[in-house]
Amino acid sequence: MTAQSRPRTSRIRFERVQEQPRWLMFVSPIILIGAALLVGALLLSLTGANPWFVYQRMAQAAFGDRYGWSDTTIKATPLILAGLGVSIAFRMRLWNIGAEGQLYIGAFCATGVALHLFSPETPAWLMLTAMAIAGFLGGAFWGFIPGVLKAKLNVNEIITTLMLNYVAIFWNNYFIYGPWSERGFGLTPQFPRNAWLPRFTDFGAAVPSFRGLTMHAGIFLALIVALILWVVWRRTKWGFEVSIIGDNPQAARYAGVNLARKIMIVMALSGGLAGLAGMAEVSGVVHRLQERFSPGYGFTAIIVAWLAKLNPLALIVVAYLFAGLLVGGDVIQPAGIAQLLQGVILFVVVGGEMMLRYRIRIERS
Amino acid sequence: MSDSYALEMRQITKRFPGTLANDRVDFTAREGEIHALLGENGAGKSTLMNVLTGLYHPDEGEIYINGRRFRFNSPGDAIAAGVGMVHQHFMLVPNQTVAENVILGLRDVPFRLNGRRIEENVQAISEQYGLPIDPRAKIWQLSVGEQQRVEIIKVLYRGAQILILDEPTAVLTPQETQGFFATLDEMRRQGKTIIFISHKLDEVLSIADRITVLRHGANVATVDAAGMTKPELASLMVGRPVLFHIDKPECKPGEPRLLLDGISALDNKGLTALNRLSLTVRSGEIVGVAGVAGNGQRELAEVICGLRATTGGVIDIGQNNVADAPPIVVINAGVAYVPEDRGAVGTAPNLSVAENMALKAYRKPPIGSGLFMDRRLMREQAAELIKRFDISTPGPLTPVRKLSGGNLQKVILAREISSNPRVIIAAYPTRGLDIGATENVRNILVDERSNGTAILLISEDLDEIFALSDRIAVLYEGEVAGVVPGEQADRDAVGLMMAGETPEAETAPAVTTPHTEAAPS
Repeated sequence: MTAQSRPRTSRIRFERVQEQPRWLMFVSPIILIGAALLVGALLLSLTGANPWFVYQRMAQAAFGDRYGWSDTTIKATPLILAGLGVSIAFRMRLWNIGAEGQLYIGAFCATGVALHLFSPETPAWLMLTAMAIAGFLGGAFWGFIPGVLKAKLNVNEIITTLMLNYVAIFWNNYFIYGPWSERGFGLTPQFPRNAWLPRFTDFGAAVPSFRGLTMHAGIFLALIVALILWVVWRRTKWGFEVSIIGDNPQAARYAGVNLARKIMIVMALSGGLAGLAGMAEVSGVVHRLQERFSPGYGFTAIIVAWLAKLNPLALIVVAYLFAGLLVGGDVIQPAGIAQLLQGVILFVVVGGEMMLRYRIRIERS
Repeated sequence: MSDSYALEMRQITKRFPGTLANDRVDFTAREGEIHALLGENGAGKSTLMNVLTGLYHPDEGEIYINGRRFRFNSPGDAIAAGVGMVHQHFMLVPNQTVAENVILGLRDVPFRLNGRRIEENVQAISEQYGLPIDPRAKIWQLSVGEQQRVEIIKVLYRGAQILILDEPTAVLTPQETQGFFATLDEMRRQGKTIIFISHKLDEVLSIADRITVLRHGANVATVDAAGMTKPELASLMVGRPVLFHIDKPECKPGEPRLLLDGISALDNKGLTALNRLSLTVRSGEIVGVAGVAGNGQRELAEVICGLRATTGGVIDIGQNNVADAPPIVVINAGVAYVPEDRGAVGTAPNLSVAENMALKAYRKPPIGSGLFMDRRLMREQAAELIKRFDISTPGPLTPVRKLSGGNLQKVILAREISSNPRVIIAAYPTRGLDIGATENVRNILVDERSNGTAILLISEDLDEIFALSDRIAVLYEGEVAGVVPGEQADRDAVGLMMAGETPEAETAPAVTTPHTEAAPS
């Protein structure tokens, strides 16, 4: 077509930005969350609320005083553990979206230890260690199943992990309404005291400022795991192998990495950490197994891991932000608004990520 | 603007972030002319052709076809103007027939296809230009050479007057190449304009009327092919004189290091790819594997390296049978592998140069110790390798996807050779590399041979096979059709064996059976 015979047209093109400056990697989440809050503010003002006032109250509730920090920490703990779990799999491009189910099975196994396997007189350290191991193994098993299917039969792990979430939740429901139920309600009896993870308030007598703080020792577990993973990714051969597989499985195979074994181990570890999150939740917060004890931590963990770009230390910060949103959301009415805000943040952040990576060009001809 | 040009590109400039891909390039082609476009990788050939086929919009410059100015906004516009391109990698649907592939993507096809008419049209084109093909055959039934004919017919069917052929002979046997050149001649006689992109200078000199050489994005010369010589062309491309001769010290073969005995294997479709193949490679020798692509080369390399299961036979690399052993066993036995597919197999694109160089070495001291690896040492070693192999990269931490093909290949070679291998399997080590890089890679292989490494060289480039090999094994349909000593090898005989024909010289001493010296347990 010659230019003369053609009407003037313009077209929009998305071009991948070749060079992404390094600083942008760190700054972009902040810009994006800021943008998300702006969009959220717009929506809030549509509902007739004063967005700045709402945000202020939310921030106050989540981070305003030590009680707020305590509540936020409680919610950040399972997010960090499960987020680290899925990030292990994500680093290898295994899309484990079954953290929720793995968390439930971990909680189930820990509950089994606390209520049925060990006597209530078991010393706390032994009881808690056994519960943590059981929780980890339970979650690991739940991750291992899709891992084996993926490694041996190349079954898509997205489908299997997703479906196993439902199996896990209904499995739990069976036990809390049936064999392990307390009088037919959707919960088990309370754990004996030595199956409770120590809470800050338990030391209130010694440290007065800990009084009333219900955050529990699980957060230390979460921070330690994050630190370990940070070292694993930066310093170990194992972490290097995961990064090769994540980038190019064929090259990994060529370089002599045993792919099938790695897939199974990674899926098991990934599930194990989510299982640990479940254990920490029942042992540290609810003190029993009950229906819907997790408000979707396993799913939020996926978002957290993704926004943290799978970096274990960044993940702690992001988990605290999301935990803050959960805590802050409790003070706004109706509750749906808080969830709406979460959705908006996710949408803007994921969408914005693409905008930062691509340049929009309008071409005129 | 002269009317005698079928195509005139004037002062084409195309910039990409950080590079000037085409710098005021003038390029002209006449009706009934074969015009070769030469240049090293990154010289701007592809960019220029992408501008011509409407994929890129030039920042500056004009395109005239038969004296009329055109502006292409899409490949469709270029096709409508009579410009067609046959890509190096075919874009055909294997389960469809030739005729179906030809009309695929056409805009003005009626909703209800008239199969017979299309087949007749395809037949007519095929006869007119000497491109024998059965329009009803399914693509998967065709040889590579035939598939290429389909690609050319596709372009002709769309009414192309100007055909761009991107390294068309890379996939052909010498005999097929002759037939292909006859077709080009016929098209030239009928007034088509042909732009022929190639790395093979001999071919360019034998078929082209004129030659344009690009270097660093600029047109450095447009010359008549008659009277040009290979060294002249090469130095135009590289910008310095090039030696074609490879200094190869005398071959002193030692003990057998790689023994294949009766190896069979299947390809990805489950068909026999290797058929009781036997071969030996000794210390200090290069055994070249010649053959048309798809005769088992890929499977041969993969089987040796533990990346493909065998269905029979024994592989001995100085230990027990390693057939079907996992890749790590073969790596630890000292087998280095330069894979055919650099990007998809040989490297992890987003990992750094240093990480890719340590892709295998991270396990063992000094980089690996216990559970940990020493990343600082890894970077230091990478910096040394970058220097030693003269790799141009901003630094050891640059992701390898930013490297050019030649430098990527050097990263792979650096990694494989720095492991002090006993055996090197090099599959198409210079494919797609420019003259300078090719020279470099070949010298590296010859040096390794002098160090006593056993090298199995798989290549589609007969010149390379002949220049480097001490012995040449010809692969045909998964079998070794014959092994010829390198110095006495006769090109025609090798070519015939590649095509599956038994040369008359089979009983002559020059051709030994593939297995004379192999005596595995």
